[in-house]
Amino acid sequence: MTVLTVDGLSKTFDMHVLGAKRVVGLDDVSFEVDDGEFLAIVGESGSGKSSLLKCIYRTYRPTAGRVVYHGADGDVDLATCGERDVIALRDDAIGYTSQFLDEIPRVPAVDVVARPLRESGIPIEQARQTAETLLSRLGLPEELWDAYPATFSGGERQRINLAQAIAPKPRLLLLDEPTSALDPETRAAAIDLLHEYLDEETTVVGVFHDRDVVEAVADRVVVLEDAHVERIVPIEEYAGEVVV
Amino acid sequence: MTETDDIDVETAVSADSVEAALEDLEGEGLEGYNYAYLDEHTKREVRRAILKAIAIPGHQVPYASRPMPLARGWGTGGIQASLSLLGPEDTFKVIDQGSDESVNAANIRRLAADTAEVATTTDTTDADVIQTRHRIPEEVLTDDQILVLQVPVTDALRKVDSSDAANRRRHAHKNYGKMWVHLYENVVEWGEINIAARYPTMVAGRYLMDPSPIPRWDVPKLDDADNLFVFAAGREARIYAVPPHTDVEPLAFEDRQFQVERFPEQSCAACGSTDTYLTEVETDDGTRHFACNDASFCLKRQDDPTLPKDHHLERSGVDWGPGTPDADGDGGVAGDADDGGDDE
Amino acid sequence: MSLLEATGLSKVYGEGCPVCRERTGDGAGTNQCPVCGSVVACADVDLDLEAGEVLGIVGESGSGKSSLAEMLALEPEREGTQAGTVRLAGHDGNLLEADYQTRHELRNGEVGLVHQHVRDGLNLEFTGGGNVAEKLLSSGWRSYEDVRERVRELFCETEIPVDRMDDPTHTYSGGMQRRVQIARALANDPELVILDEPTTGLDVSVQARVLDVFRRIQREEGVAAIVVSHDLGVVRLLADRTLVMRHGRVVESGLTDRVMEDPHHEYTQTLINSVI
Ligand SMILES: Nc1ncnc2c1ncn2[C@@H]1O[C@H](COP(=O)(O)OP(=O)(O)O)[C@@H](O)[C@H]1O
Ligand SMILES: [Mg+2]
Ligand SMILES: [Zn+2]
Ligand SMILES: [Zn+2]
Repeated sequence: MTVLTVDGLSKTFDMHVLGAKRVVGLDDVSFEVDDGEFLAIVGESGSGKSSLLKCIYRTYRPTAGRVVYHGADGDVDLATCGERDVIALRDDAIGYTSQFLDEIPRVPAVDVVARPLRESGIPIEQARQTAETLLSRLGLPEELWDAYPATFSGGERQRINLAQAIAPKPRLLLLDEPTSALDPETRAAAIDLLHEYLDEETTVVGVFHDRDVVEAVADRVVVLEDAHVERIVPIEEYAGEVVV
Repeated sequence: MTETDDIDVETAVSADSVEAALEDLEGEGLEGYNYAYLDEHTKREVRRAILKAIAIPGHQVPYASRPMPLARGWGTGGIQASLSLLGPEDTFKVIDQGSDESVNAANIRRLAADTAEVATTTDTTDADVIQTRHRIPEEVLTDDQILVLQVPVTDALRKVDSSDAANRRRHAHKNYGKMWVHLYENVVEWGEINIAARYPTMVAGRYLMDPSPIPRWDVPKLDDADNLFVFAAGREARIYAVPPHTDVEPLAFEDRQFQVERFPEQSCAACGSTDTYLTEVETDDGTRHFACNDASFCLKRQDDPTLPKDHHLERSGVDWGPGTPDADGDGGVAGDADDGGDDE
Repeated sequence: MSLLEATGLSKVYGEGCPVCRERTGDGAGTNQCPVCGSVVACADVDLDLEAGEVLGIVGESGSGKSSLAEMLALEPEREGTQAGTVRLAGHDGNLLEADYQTRHELRNGEVGLVHQHVRDGLNLEFTGGGNVAEKLLSSGWRSYEDVRERVRELFCETEIPVDRMDDPTHTYSGGMQRRVQIARALANDPELVILDEPTTGLDVSVQARVLDVFRRIQREEGVAAIVVSHDLGVVRLLADRTLVMRHGRVVESGLTDRVMEDPHHEYTQTLINSVI
């Protein structure tokens, strides 16, 4: 079954401030994502990877094309549906994490991670327990669990971020470079966790920088180049490519 | 507490102006003055204000207060109301904090007697109109009587906001939240509502009223009384009224109730009463004791210690004020807070 | 219907004239009518809010946010001329035109406002607890112990030390005063709370605490909120959707993250860029 159909997706930015400059972020991007699949998005810096995830999440409003989420209650075109429909889907089906943690400074790490669970109705103790398990799997020192992430290093914050995103096991999870700031050991732990914690119920579309990670987690790879889809290949093929 | 900010009769001003006016009257007779001192137009206006006040119980009605031969704050409002109500057939009584004998009470009585040709009395039950400062008599008033109370501060809300404009809006919208906060904070501070006088009182479920600086003891007498109460302020030029048989309810919490002053273990040193409002007095030799504040009733009780407060009525057992407190009253002295342990 | 529906809201300070509307606004580059000098503080604002939803309103100082917030909170009309409709689920008719009593009751019940200026929202001579109690007492609570208990509960909820509840409010810090306002706004379990500049005048760590407290309560109680701020960060943290105002008009609206990261209107782009 298909979870997501991206069809002819384009995104341009009209920069009024910079003398009415028009910037093309995505140009006619199409692909499908199957249920339970792990799709990696790769490409040079500036090729449109983050824009693609943000268009799917509707943080960017697509300029053209469709982003159809095939949900339990039918199809929703995320490019054009109402804002309240987007909010509702974000609440219970679509998760997203960016490179930057965006949280109120005074909330302890464990509560940051537990928040989406609590908001989905899980009792606070149980939510915290899950959060602690995830943080420990990602190797965050226990003494930091009750500290405020605002004071954390980039790598520590990224672990909070990733844990928070995967905690509720959304049906569709959008990850934007979730491991970029991690040391190799933690990165390996993160990959293990993605495999083990997320089951077939969660479909992932993730932007990755690091070839090793892609090979370790992905089923299929979308290669973006200069706002276009350059190619879409199964992981076996991608792994077999000669890296120059 | 900031309860009585009216002028202290004994110390504030001499009674020269009243004396002068009376001298004047005695010299030339009544020719120089209209009946009852005020001109007819003024009296009509005061009576109209009283009628409006009766029509809207507890609502403050403005009127054109005239200068009187008394310092303002001495009951210039009360005397205008009294003189506007009195006719030659009436009998007039004046009480000043329970006493008929103060210079101020005597002067007001004399002004009315000389200009309105009314009879005067000190006996509550004989009077048609009673002007009073800070007390309601102990003897039950009847539907033939009018009690005129002198009012220094007209608005109960001034305790919580000095802006009269804002307070008028509050009255218009029955918005008394701020007063309730005042009571709440009172309980926070004292463990019970501790307001000695000018107790905020709800009239007919609509207007919050300042009942003038009567002790709490007298507040229940306003409720469902047979007589008319007229409240008149000279300085602030406002008149308000509680008509007969109006519901009058002192503000209080369900679990912190309104209480009158209690005088445990005390009785009047002169007549022995335990069911009257007592004040502590100091005699010449420096000893202190309690005595009835209502002097004229005390004299009657001295003759007949068992005289009921409704002795002059055909029916008996009339509900008038707090009645007889428990012999073993539960603490609390007039106008004073105790430790708050006895709020029920 | 939604919890709150507002259409065509406008507020004009001054005499007004037939061209006020067309000569002001984003296109005209001013909110002051060049013909009659009136200030069109806001005009033609439509918005709606579902139960439990948080709407942000951003814009620079003077863009009309407070004027709009006061109309939505059914505040008594002090100055200026207002027009438009405000409807609340469960209440008939245009509440902007409802009688004083109805609006007064709504302000004590279903709609709570946290004022931009502390003095508009609190009586600083009263105790902190008294300020919160006022809302309960005004809506008819008559048991002293019940009022005490509820005030204590609200102090805990808003993280104000309970042992300060009987101190005069002027002895509280700015952040505590703000939380007293929040406690007050929440006292009668409203459906809707409107916060006008909830963090202005507070230092950064105190701001964070006020926002955190509010966000937690907002989610726990499922109360809908309108958060007005010139600070994009505040709106970003709290609001699901955001309106951008300029010269009294809404120039852009959308999902908060969309408005922040993919601003379409020139003014919004400037606003965002000036922050980053
Ligand atoms: N009482 C008033 N009289 C006249 N103009 C006012 C009044 N209140 C606000 N304004 C004007 O209305 C415009 C919008 O003000 P306001 O709603 O306070 O904006 P904001 O809350 O966005 O800072 C401003 O030009 C302001 O000067
Ligand atoms: Mg403002
Ligand atoms: Zn006696
Ligand atoms: Zn104009």
